[in-house]
Amino acid sequence: MSDLNTVMVEKYRNDFLKEVEANVEEGKWVKMCMQCGVCSGSCPLGPFWEHPPQEVFMMIRAGKRDEILKSESMWMCTSCYNCIVRCPRELPITHIMHGLAHYAERLGLAPKQNPTRKFALMFWDNLAKAGRVNEPILGIKLYFMNGFKQGIQTALKMAPVGLGMLRTKRFNVLALLFHKGCKGKQDIHKILRKAREIELAKAAKFGG
Amino acid sequence: MAKKQYMFYPGCSAEKLASASNYEVSVQAMCDVLDIQLNEIPDWNCCGASIGYAGGGELPRLALNARNLALAEQDHPDQDIVATCAACWLSARETKERLEDNDALMRETNEALGEAGLKYQAKQRIRHMVEVLVEDIGYEELGRHVKKPLSGLKIAGYVGCQTNRPFGIEGESFENPKYLDKMVETMGAEAVEKYDKKVSCCGGALAFSEPEKSQALIKDIIEAAYDGGAEMIVTPCPVCQMNVEVYQGQINKKYRTKFNMPVVYYSQLMGVAYGKSSKEVGLNGQVIRAKRLEELADRK
Repeated sequence: MSDLNTVMVEKYRNDFLKEVEANVEEGKWVKMCMQCGVCSGSCPLGPFWEHPPQEVFMMIRAGKRDEILKSESMWMCTSCYNCIVRCPRELPITHIMHGLAHYAERLGLAPKQNPTRKFALMFWDNLAKAGRVNEPILGIKLYFMNGFKQGIQTALKMAPVGLGMLRTKRFNVLALLFHKGCKGKQDIHKILRKAREIELAKAAKFGG
Repeated sequence: MAKKQYMFYPGCSAEKLASASNYEVSVQAMCDVLDIQLNEIPDWNCCGASIGYAGGGELPRLALNARNLALAEQDHPDQDIVATCAACWLSARETKERLEDNDALMRETNEALGEAGLKYQAKQRIRHMVEVLVEDIGYEELGRHVKKPLSGLKIAGYVGCQTNRPFGIEGESFENPKYLDKMVETMGAEAVEKYDKKVSCCGGALAFSEPEKSQALIKDIIEAAYDGGAEMIVTPCPVCQMNVEVYQGQINKKYRTKFNMPVVYYSQLMGVAYGKSSKEVGLNGQVIRAKRLEELADRK
């Protein structure tokens, strides 16, 4: 799968819409967008998107493959679902954004330094390991995700927040050692491995 | 009245010593009064939350949720599944809907579950705790148990995102849902009527990855509560609770505000109104202590 990206470029040459429809979660809805802009206007982080959702849809249809898959846009989604409930055509916009982000990640095109991408991957690895989230480990990794020096700075800046959580027993360093997660973590690993295998097999099939 | 029983999905943040452990404490206290028995799904796992999408594609996330649902089905197939966390509820319910609507996804998910000897058949309803309170118990019954009305407290009902969208509570609007205000009033407190950030986003997981952007949103949510005359915010969501509560110090520094607004769960309000002590409803877990609520709770 090392060059899934090349395979996909060949397969869907000049038809990014078709590629999105076939490979992106809920991607089949992209063609239904009527460019009204309600999604972009409703997004709490609207001003921060490199290309707001409406523009993302337009660019997919215009075949702007690299611009979309390499963009920071989809990583701005806070999963608030405001766009979904307001879209006059009831497009599952949040899911499409998540789907695009995951697809870009799978192809190795997602912007490596994007902080939300880093945190999202960290979160998934954390939960997949023991079946449940280990909050102290996640927190520490988050602080140090941009290296040791910056990690210390972040930790100092966040110290009052962390102390508040410690004091109220909502952050517990003991969990670093004793958080057990699920009894069936081996089962969870097997389930996830199989699910990923099925998904990759489908992608490979599309890739011909 | 017969005891009501549900399969319970508490989620990672409600675990002991985790960030919403006090939510769980208060839910148990509230359920104790209402004669609701919550049967924890045996060995439940994380739902993937709203930020798991980067590492977990569609099928891994669906399979992760389906494991919980299949375990619940095995344990008590006759009971609804109830979640207290917004993301847990959303992920579980979304999984059920997607699998029911799509035979191929159902087949593939069950193929993955088969690795652990499980099978999901989508038999049970998946509900949020507030749905149980509003629909199965009802406001009248909720009010009947009030021993210490929360009179004199003015509270902003912050519904947030995922308890409200995309599913929401039956019969409520996405733009101005009323159930939280009604619950506040049923407990004898006053709900802030003009609270224009009631359904605004707190930034969710972006509070961790892009704190500056998220804190700008949080600032507006707290400010609107002050503008409406609130002395406290109430919410049904663990992420909303944490985000709106714990960053107030940083927001004060950056924006030169003087925020010091307690943020509590509906279940804590209800527990206090039902006569539980402040410890029994986990008010010692609040970073910004809800002093007036604590006083009321501990008054004999």
